[in-house]
Amino acid sequence: MSTNGSKPKLALYWAASCGGCEIAVLGIGDKILKVDEVFDIVLWPVAMDFKLHSIEAMEDKSIDVCLFNGAVRTSEQEYMARLLRAKSKVMVAFGSCAHEGCIPGLANVTTREEIFQSSYDDPTTVDNPNGVRPQLETETDEGTLYLPMFYDTVRTLDQVVDVEYTIPGCPPESDRIWEALTAIIEGNLPEPGTVIGEKSTVCDVCPRVRTDKTIKEFKRTWEIEPDPEICLLEQGIICCGIATRAGCGALCPQVGSPCIGCYGPAEGVTDFGARMISALASVIDSDDPEEIDRIIQEGIPDPIGQFYRFGLAHSRLRRTAMPGANGHQPAEEEVTA
Amino acid sequence: MKRISIDPITRLEGHGKIEIFLNEEGDVANAYLQIPELRGFERFCVGRLAEDMPNLTNRICGVCPEAHHIAATKALDALFHVDPPPAAKKLREMFYSVFFATDHTTHFYALGGPDFVMGPDAPAAERNIVGVIKKVGMDVSAKVLKMRHDGHHLLKMMGGRPVHPNWGLPGGVSRGITEEQRQEIERLGREAIEFARFSIQLFNDVVLKNSAYVDLIVNDAFTHKTYNMGTVDANNKVNFYDGMIRITDPEGVEFAKYHAKDYQKHIAEHVEPWSYLKFPYLKDIGWKGFVDGVDSGVYKATPLSRLNTSDGMATPLAQEEYERMYDTLGGKPVHHTLATHWARLVELLYATERWVELASDPDIVEGPFRVLPTETPTEGIGQVEAPRGTLIHHYKSDERGVLTHINLVVGTTNNTAAMNMSVRKAAMGLIKKGEVVTEGLLNTIEMAYRAYDPCMSCATHSLPGQMPLEVTIRAADGEVLHQLEQFLPER
Amino acid sequence: MPDENFEPKIIGFFCNWCSYRAADMAGTARMNYEPNVRIIRVMCSGRVDPDFVMAAFAKGADGVLIAGCHPGECHYNNQNFKTMRRYALLKHTLRAIGVEEERIRLQWASAAEGAILARSIDEMVERVRELGPLNWPKQWEAPPEVEEAIKMMEAEHAEALEVTA
Repeated sequence: MSTNGSKPKLALYWAASCGGCEIAVLGIGDKILKVDEVFDIVLWPVAMDFKLHSIEAMEDKSIDVCLFNGAVRTSEQEYMARLLRAKSKVMVAFGSCAHEGCIPGLANVTTREEIFQSSYDDPTTVDNPNGVRPQLETETDEGTLYLPMFYDTVRTLDQVVDVEYTIPGCPPESDRIWEALTAIIEGNLPEPGTVIGEKSTVCDVCPRVRTDKTIKEFKRTWEIEPDPEICLLEQGIICCGIATRAGCGALCPQVGSPCIGCYGPAEGVTDFGARMISALASVIDSDDPEEIDRIIQEGIPDPIGQFYRFGLAHSRLRRTAMPGANGHQPAEEEVTA
Repeated sequence: MKRISIDPITRLEGHGKIEIFLNEEGDVANAYLQIPELRGFERFCVGRLAEDMPNLTNRICGVCPEAHHIAATKALDALFHVDPPPAAKKLREMFYSVFFATDHTTHFYALGGPDFVMGPDAPAAERNIVGVIKKVGMDVSAKVLKMRHDGHHLLKMMGGRPVHPNWGLPGGVSRGITEEQRQEIERLGREAIEFARFSIQLFNDVVLKNSAYVDLIVNDAFTHKTYNMGTVDANNKVNFYDGMIRITDPEGVEFAKYHAKDYQKHIAEHVEPWSYLKFPYLKDIGWKGFVDGVDSGVYKATPLSRLNTSDGMATPLAQEEYERMYDTLGGKPVHHTLATHWARLVELLYATERWVELASDPDIVEGPFRVLPTETPTEGIGQVEAPRGTLIHHYKSDERGVLTHINLVVGTTNNTAAMNMSVRKAAMGLIKKGEVVTEGLLNTIEMAYRAYDPCMSCATHSLPGQMPLEVTIRAADGEVLHQLEQFLPER
Repeated sequence: MPDENFEPKIIGFFCNWCSYRAADMAGTARMNYEPNVRIIRVMCSGRVDPDFVMAAFAKGADGVLIAGCHPGECHYNNQNFKTMRRYALLKHTLRAIGVEEERIRLQWASAAEGAILARSIDEMVERVRELGPLNWPKQWEAPPEVEEAIKMMEAEHAEALEVTA
């Protein structure tokens, strides 16, 4: 993996993300020294001072591995994705944002215009009588200042560049990160195109007891105090463990909270929401269309949030209908304010 | 003019770049801290389930998710008009204290600290946590790593995961702790107090005894006389979990004190076309530009601000250090931005002491740990001090608990104007005609914002704000025909 | 403003035992009905994974029709009840996403009900024709300004002064 006997180069970059993945990397503790021993870290803005121009100056494919976390929703982030793709042999979509959009990807229920309106045009606490908006170029007395372009639609890393591997999770648990780093160090990576992680669902590793599921009514988390031993879905709480890839150790159900799906879809599942629909359809205990509708309307008031919390940007449909696209209006719903 | 670009800024949470313009003579004409991102949480959370907010807002920031998680949870209590049982409140505050201690540790050792331990113009490759570990040695490093490890271990024990907990509910928390866990939390808390004292000692030895650093701290290039904001308890002592918001003026005199729900009366925001981030300022003073002083509405909400606006710390060791800091720096308030690192360590000490106070309370394991809401949700505001500043979550929902409106005032956002000013002043102070601009010099300018421990992910959630409005339409005889209301805070 | 020449592309998932035979029957009886449905035969309507429906829309379909045996008559006992529930959840979700309700339809038809199936197809095609093309990939298409914005970044970086260590 190394070139000319020098240490292999590692880059860690963040696009539209929250920093949780960096904290998870720091969560490997003193093993960070091993990483530093084995690799020459050339970019890691949260922790290290390397700047953009040093990356731009590098030869193509001179970075051995790039761990890229964060989704792509500005031209700067796309620029960085392309730049790092060009300079790296192996590109890893690190964490849920890069993999499937994660929570930033929920912005795909709205548009740039709506976000800007709610930020800058609001005529009240925002004191902006001239309707100032951030501009791609601003002329100041001293010179030109640039801002990147803000997209309507959040994209995942593999929607803008080729990606060899994906490490799922929001964030990936530190132990899983160390396993992946070890695989890289030892040259033990699977086939390109693989998601590095477990194959099955959170249910498989969850310690709660499962028997039969016959749901007459879904419950919101604040409506009941669930039994700590029994499967949450059986008690009517919508737990996304049924569609979510294992890897976290089913941590949330162990503190009494349902899985929210942060590790993304299990192996073989493309659309997380489709899998949730499939699974929930099997447990709803009714054959009467009206009753079924009632159970759904009452228990799932927010299908986008409940089914696509992390994976909207990577789902089949990727976003909700843009107002006015294709010359027709989307169906009237409480999609946006 | 020539333009120097520091891109990206590093050792903070989030994205940004600094653009410095040099005039013909080689002096700095101006410098701008541009933030190139925005996420739109207040827009895309509309239509979501209210109880999802502690989990959704976690992802505003992975360094301080616990701040959002708890602020969101408190907002849910208010939204659902439910009062959690005492053990739940104590647990939440204890959890919060553990988080605060861990976060401040991360900042001091991994983000801001390397500038002091390695030196601001040490080679870039060494100015980082790895460089610090190598320089201070494995003994010291082991302490730091242990603190972070213990902190995350306890956060995971209580909240489910070390990053992005899944624990808060309207009316309480999803799970309490056992007596065994309480003992472990208390034991690790006592060790954490020792670690906090050790960190202060380290700061003393490495920074305060180094005259070059002390000069940097008190240097005018890194000094701004602005208003300060923080949360205080009933005795005007610093409290991270609950209390009233207090603002003091550049001389240290109280300017305002209010409940979080009245925030819209006190804060307004300014927009510039060269940054996605907006610039909050005090409404009563007004926006006068990126300037200091009692006539400028610019304010700061940092650890130093919290210490400046309070009358002291509520725990003994932290109070001692608070007094020592102000004695050393010449009294209150202190306006030296780099002294924020010291204030942060005072807070670290307070957080660990508070952690132990709460963990030693035997009632904290006595359930129940939640009550079920019975009332229809309407509107609620939750507030905490995030490590980086005052944090407010404000929600409105329909009768099903589906959100119709969200407003967030986030810690770092409070400081955006001050950060810009700090960067500009530092650039002007350090780059003078004829000076060779080295990479180390640029890093020293970056120290100006690093002291704020910025969390740009937090700051760029976006902040719409709405004006509370009540309109009554009367007929000529005074009869009320119609009443309109929007965004009124809870009465 | 629907295009006058727009012909909806509708993907049909028809179960082998009832609805596919109903379609056959409509054909052999030379019934006239709109030709817009591309029929995919599955063994049971319960085979239709919601992902198929999402994928169809994502790849450009204007509508999706699922046809199966009447409840109580499923060849594989009761799987069409699952279809019914999945369909309810799908509609609920697609509505929130902004895909109009009329673009997805569930039709029960026994092998003898070719006429019913044909009329159902006619109704759906007419309705979708009125709605216009869905063309979902357009929702996420990147506008051409993106390339310009990226070029502007390259220029901006090149313009800044070099600073040495």
